[in-house]
Amino acid sequence: MRKLSFLIAGAAVAALSGTAFAQFASGYSWKTGPEIYTHVCQGCHMPDGKGATGAGMYPALAGNRKLASPLYPVLVMLKGQKAMPSFSDLTDDQIAAVANYVRGNFGNSFPGTVTAEQVKALRAQAVQQQMRAPG
Amino acid sequence: MTEDLSGAISRRSLFAMIGKTAGIAVMYEAMASMAYAAESTFKGPIKLAGAPMGASVLILGSGWAGMVSAYELRKAGYKVQILEYNNRAGGRNWSLYGGDTYTELGGFTQHVGFDKGLYLNPGPWRIPHHHRGVLHYAQLLGVQLEPFIQLNYNAYVHSTAAFGGKPKRYREVEADFDGYIAELLSKSMRQGALDQAVTKEDREILLAALKNWGALDNNYAYTKSEKQSDRRGFLHPPGGGMDAMPIPSDPLSLDDMIQSRMWSAIGASKSYDVQQTMFQPVGGMGMLGKAFGKELADVIRFNSKVIDIKQDASGVTATYVDTVKGGAPQTAHGDYCICTIPASVLSQIPINVGAPMQAAINNLPYSASTKVGLQMKRRFWEEDEAIYGGITYTDQPNRMIGYPSSDFFKKGKGVLLAAYTFGSGAVEYTAMSPAERVQKTLDYTANIHPQARTEFDTGVGVGWHRVPFTLGCAGSWTEATRAAHYKDICAIDGRIMLAGEHVSMIPAWQEGAVLSALDAVQRLHSHIVQGA
Ligand SMILES: Cc1cc2nc3c(=O)[nH]c(=O)nc-3n(C[C@H](O)[C@H](O)[C@H](O)COP(=O)(O)OP(=O)(O)OC[C@H]3O[C@@H](n4cnc5c(N)ncnc54)[C@H](O)[C@@H]3O)c2cc1C
Ligand code: HEC
Repeated sequence: MRKLSFLIAGAAVAALSGTAFAQFASGYSWKTGPEIYTHVCQGCHMPDGKGATGAGMYPALAGNRKLASPLYPVLVMLKGQKAMPSFSDLTDDQIAAVANYVRGNFGNSFPGTVTAEQVKALRAQAVQQQMRAPG
Repeated sequence: MTEDLSGAISRRSLFAMIGKTAGIAVMYEAMASMAYAAESTFKGPIKLAGAPMGASVLILGSGWAGMVSAYELRKAGYKVQILEYNNRAGGRNWSLYGGDTYTELGGFTQHVGFDKGLYLNPGPWRIPHHHRGVLHYAQLLGVQLEPFIQLNYNAYVHSTAAFGGKPKRYREVEADFDGYIAELLSKSMRQGALDQAVTKEDREILLAALKNWGALDNNYAYTKSEKQSDRRGFLHPPGGGMDAMPIPSDPLSLDDMIQSRMWSAIGASKSYDVQQTMFQPVGGMGMLGKAFGKELADVIRFNSKVIDIKQDASGVTATYVDTVKGGAPQTAHGDYCICTIPASVLSQIPINVGAPMQAAINNLPYSASTKVGLQMKRRFWEEDEAIYGGITYTDQPNRMIGYPSSDFFKKGKGVLLAAYTFGSGAVEYTAMSPAERVQKTLDYTANIHPQARTEFDTGVGVGWHRVPFTLGCAGSWTEATRAAHYKDICAIDGRIMLAGEHVSMIPAWQEGAVLSALDAVQRLHSHIVQGA
């Protein structure tokens, strides 16, 4: 019995650590603000930060006065907002880095910086992502 | 603004309460035990009759949900009209062919250079045999289906971190995994380690089963032999005449097999959703949407972007702009409305539904997914490697290579689905330019199929968060959001109902959209008939 439960427990751990072929990856390896923006955010907010419009739209971060509040982009990333999924799989450092990047680029130069500690303090509000593959 | 307090509704709120307090799994157990969950599965064509004289339903969106709704309501005698943003029917049911032009959000335009008859399905590509609703409409519309090959033992499992990056055939990985696990289990059983778990009699039966399952020898060991190679393949397969003697192959070592993590590709084709048999329409998944659009040609208004939805005591009015002709916003009216616009887009459209339905719409982000199709000058995976359909799994960012399930042995070009990604990998893929998606995918593909370098011809890549008409792949429910909002997204809110894959328990499958629409039209019809 002990052997079996060992085997089963082992299999469960392996399933979690067996990320090699897990169809669902989460988390990102990028470190700096511009890297994270380029590999994550610009899929929707676009390379120039100006957003885009189709049947629905992605808002511009360029010239967006809502970014004046330093913790606003942090909360949007942690919790998601309507059509923006949460990016709570970014680390505290990554969220701080990219928040500072968007607040200080694309024609924005809002005062103040975000620290990883501030992000950490807001973690409790983070929304989990779903991990289900489409058909 | 919510539904009357009928028995069904109070049962539903009971389930919701169970869901909230005990978790979603318990809720579905309770639903199943009351034979309630089963009500949403396809039970054959529906028959609605007796629509009140002149009653009308306005439908928003011409994907599966919108077209099933329109088709069934029209048959029941309702006046129906569909407003559709795109210049075609089908929504996410969509294939890209040579000559097509696709412009994603941000203005990046791709000109598809595929040969005649070749295509990429950017969205849906396979239909399970138990998706009876989709299969019903396929037959009704006369769309020919062919087998979709999901599991191919001769396709590869590939890891950049194992076996020097050399791919293994799926059959080797599965045979060695099964074999070693069977050996280990039988060893512990014979050492008495499982004495408490199985009776003595069952132990003998199980040992025989393990021997059979894992292709073990008489000592319950997984050893190099003809028996073993009959599972994992031969070094030199049995032949005819002089050179006929088979030579068995060497299994991977237990340690290498475990460390490689290649075994994690084994489960991929075991889930209910993708168990064989699967189907695809001949000529591309988009054939279904196209055929349905033809059937409903006189009720769909294309190039109509809905920007506002208002209901009052007399009906529902949608305001839309013509995306081609422009001009002042126009309106369309119905006594009732079935809105199938994806929640991602709908969360940005003013609509006067009650707070619970609005909260459901606002709390449903859409997942990431990308697909890249590469056209090759010849079907080298068939000609050189005997891979006919099926999927190769890799730990590279492209994750999968899907081989075409049609046109086997055909000379000339073929299109590989050379990347199919989810999760954060798909987010990163979406953030690339289309040209970069294609280039990266080609590099990954060439690590598995070196021929791809010289045989590559042209490619196209679709990132679903950049698809203008959905802003994402599919409704990304979590257990928590299901418990909080699912019943509200299914409700009749005054004169408005929502339908689509996001209003189903089969998200990201066409069947979810079909079943959701069938449920919506049946409930709306009885609501109307009872109220009339
Ligand atoms: C990558 C991927 C892989 C998939 N794989 C499979 C698979 O293998 N098998 C399977 O069965 N399913 C699969 N699916 C899921 C399947 O595509 C969907 O579940 C189904 O097509 C959804 O249908 P729908 O009617 O709910 O939505 P849609 O098809 O999205 O229809 C909604 C319609 O509303 C329109 N619209 C949007 N905004 C507006 C507006 N403002 N005004 C007017 N009209 C508007 C859209 O243009 C669209 O036509 C996959 C999906 C994706 C993205
Ligand atoms: C999947 C698409 C997508 C991605 C990727 C994405 N966003 Fe968003 N983002 C949106 C949408 C949609 C909205 C608008 C939400 C709403 O309706 O309020 C938004 C809104 C925002 C806002 C608020 C803007 C405003 O005007 O209220 C900020 C800040 C933001 N995003 C930052 C980011 C950052 C930083 C990243 C990268 C980590 C990112 N987003 C990645 C889709 C996305």
